Amino acid sequence: MAAKDELGRAGEQRAAAHLRALGFDVLDRNWRSPAGEVDVVARHGERIVFVEVKTRRSDGFGDPLEAVDARKRARLWQLANAWCAQHPDLARGRPRRLDVIGITGPDPATGRLEHLEDVPWV
Amino acid sequence: MGVSRTWAVALAGLEGTVVEVEADLTHQLPEFRIIGLPDKALGEATQRIRNASENSGLALPKRRLTVNLSPASLPKQGSGFDVAIAVAALATGGGMDRDSIATTAHIGELGLDGRIRPVPGVLPAVLAAARSGVRRVVVPWANRAEAELVGDVQVIGAVCLADVARLHGAQVEEDPAVEPVPAPEGRSSPPEAVDLSEVVGQEAAVEGLVVAAAGGHHLLMTGPPGAGKTMLARRLPGILPPLDDEAALVAASIRSLAGAAVTHLDRTPPFEAPHHTASVAALVGGGSRIVRPGAIARASEGVLFLDEAGEHHASTLDALRQPLETGSIVIHRAGFTASFPARFQLVLATNPCPCGNYAVRGAVCTCPPIAIRRYLGRLSGPLLDRIDIEVAMERVSVAQVDRTRSVMTSAQAREQVMEARQRAAARLRDTPWRRNSQVAGPWLRQGPLAPPPVVRRPLDAALQRGSLTLRGYDRVLRVAWSLADLAGEDRLTLDHVGRALYLKKGIPR
Repeated sequence: MAAKDELGRAGEQRAAAHLRALGFDVLDRNWRSPAGEVDVVARHGERIVFVEVKTRRSDGFGDPLEAVDARKRARLWQLANAWCAQHPDLARGRPRRLDVIGITGPDPATGRLEHLEDVPWV
Repeated sequence: MGVSRTWAVALAGLEGTVVEVEADLTHQLPEFRIIGLPDKALGEATQRIRNASENSGLALPKRRLTVNLSPASLPKQGSGFDVAIAVAALATGGGMDRDSIATTAHIGELGLDGRIRPVPGVLPAVLAAARSGVRRVVVPWANRAEAELVGDVQVIGAVCLADVARLHGAQVEEDPAVEPVPAPEGRSSPPEAVDLSEVVGQEAAVEGLVVAAAGGHHLLMTGPPGAGKTMLARRLPGILPPLDDEAALVAASIRSLAGAAVTHLDRTPPFEAPHHTASVAALVGGGSRIVRPGAIARASEGVLFLDEAGEHHASTLDALRQPLETGSIVIHRAGFTASFPARFQLVLATNPCPCGNYAVRGAVCTCPPIAIRRYLGRLSGPLLDRIDIEVAMERVSVAQVDRTRSVMTSAQAREQVMEARQRAAARLRDTPWRRNSQVAGPWLRQGPLAPPPVVRRPLDAALQRGSLTLRGYDRVLRVAWSLADLAGEDRLTLDHVGRALYLKKGIPR
């Protein structure tokens, strides 16, 4: 496994723990489809929350949150639709939400974590 | 978090509007947006501010930043908003004194390295800020002398963005190695050392010039090549009194808008002599997005000299008619209008015909009659109607050159002009006007000092004959008052009116 994938995996681990601590019910992780991957799918109250996790060792290449651009968000919207289509019993009738978690630090387990809620899809 | 606000100035012509720059940080993905009708240069401010902040050791908050320029419906141009936007944006992240920012206007363009670059129009912008009650203005280091010309406002010349942040209480390290961006090299033309005493002969024309200077009247000189028309015109600024504070500030503001370096209040009246191929836009001002002042605005409070008036395009000459009447020029563009002052004194010089010898004693004109008519036809009737003094000049003869007689120097003439202007100002002290050329017609004809019918008789006769328009009638009265002022008399006499009428209709047509 490449170093960057390992970092990403560790970041997602940390994000999932963070979400659970906030009372999110994590439904799915690293759900893949031909169009791409959703890092975390969780339920928070009535909402299905799709979470994109970005992990960076440092902000030398910019803030991790800056990497979630309009194109990425548009793809996440399509992935969210695909996930809902595959899990109708979980998703039916529930509003969807996009959250972004950015983690910066050499060790994702202790690095700085930023959690943006209800990010617009487009 | 939350909204932070500061001030900047949007210029439309010489008139500045104070613009509130408010920045809001929302808990969203990082984004930096400017709204409130920015143009392309202003929209690109986000890139400059991002890099300038980073290179100044200041961090923009990594969230969605929205900067609004209010009034939002007013179009805003140029890079002069960079500093204000940067300060408002940085302040949303905390670490700066919000009150300090909210009471300061910021003007200047940012370089990627964080240094603040000079912008045109700082003087009118600071004036507008001071007038609307702003007490502290941050300007580019290179423009600080210009901004300090405006009284009752604290001017801070900033070298770089870190300087500004420190001013508002941010903890940024000082970098002594930062060199200020220098001011653009201005066209520094040393004033021509010309004196009226160098003019040989031409007593009538010199007198006409002095009268024109005394009242601020418009002047037309015709004569053959070599008679000294251009020479005389170039000596007009030298006999005009120095500009007062207000006029000097207006002249300096226009120079600043035109991109010239302004470091001190120049009290010499401006002198603009556009070439006869100048277009209408060059003369009245123009431009599609940023409206630049034209020659008539740059000549405001001074002299606009059109040499070879007969060679100018008729359309450009006629473009002068409206500003001549109103003293200002309003330029309309899609979405906004810009207005500039145009209180200039017009001096026209022309040959009598293309070959220059028409009606000249001892010379033969080779022009066909149609060419002569076409040549002088460029000077339209409506334009000539706005000319107060017409002087026909002749070639100076040998006898005149040889004669050793005392001639008027510029200093003597200026003294006469200043005395006459003081008399006029004293007479007009209860009116909104200061010079004879500004006085409104009804005041001349029916005001407290209106001349009695006996004195007006030659004018009434000319009006009845149709050789004088009503506007021309008023103009003759204005020149007559200048003649009275020069002679040191408090009342108009038949002599003044007759002489003024002669000056007005001095060229047979």
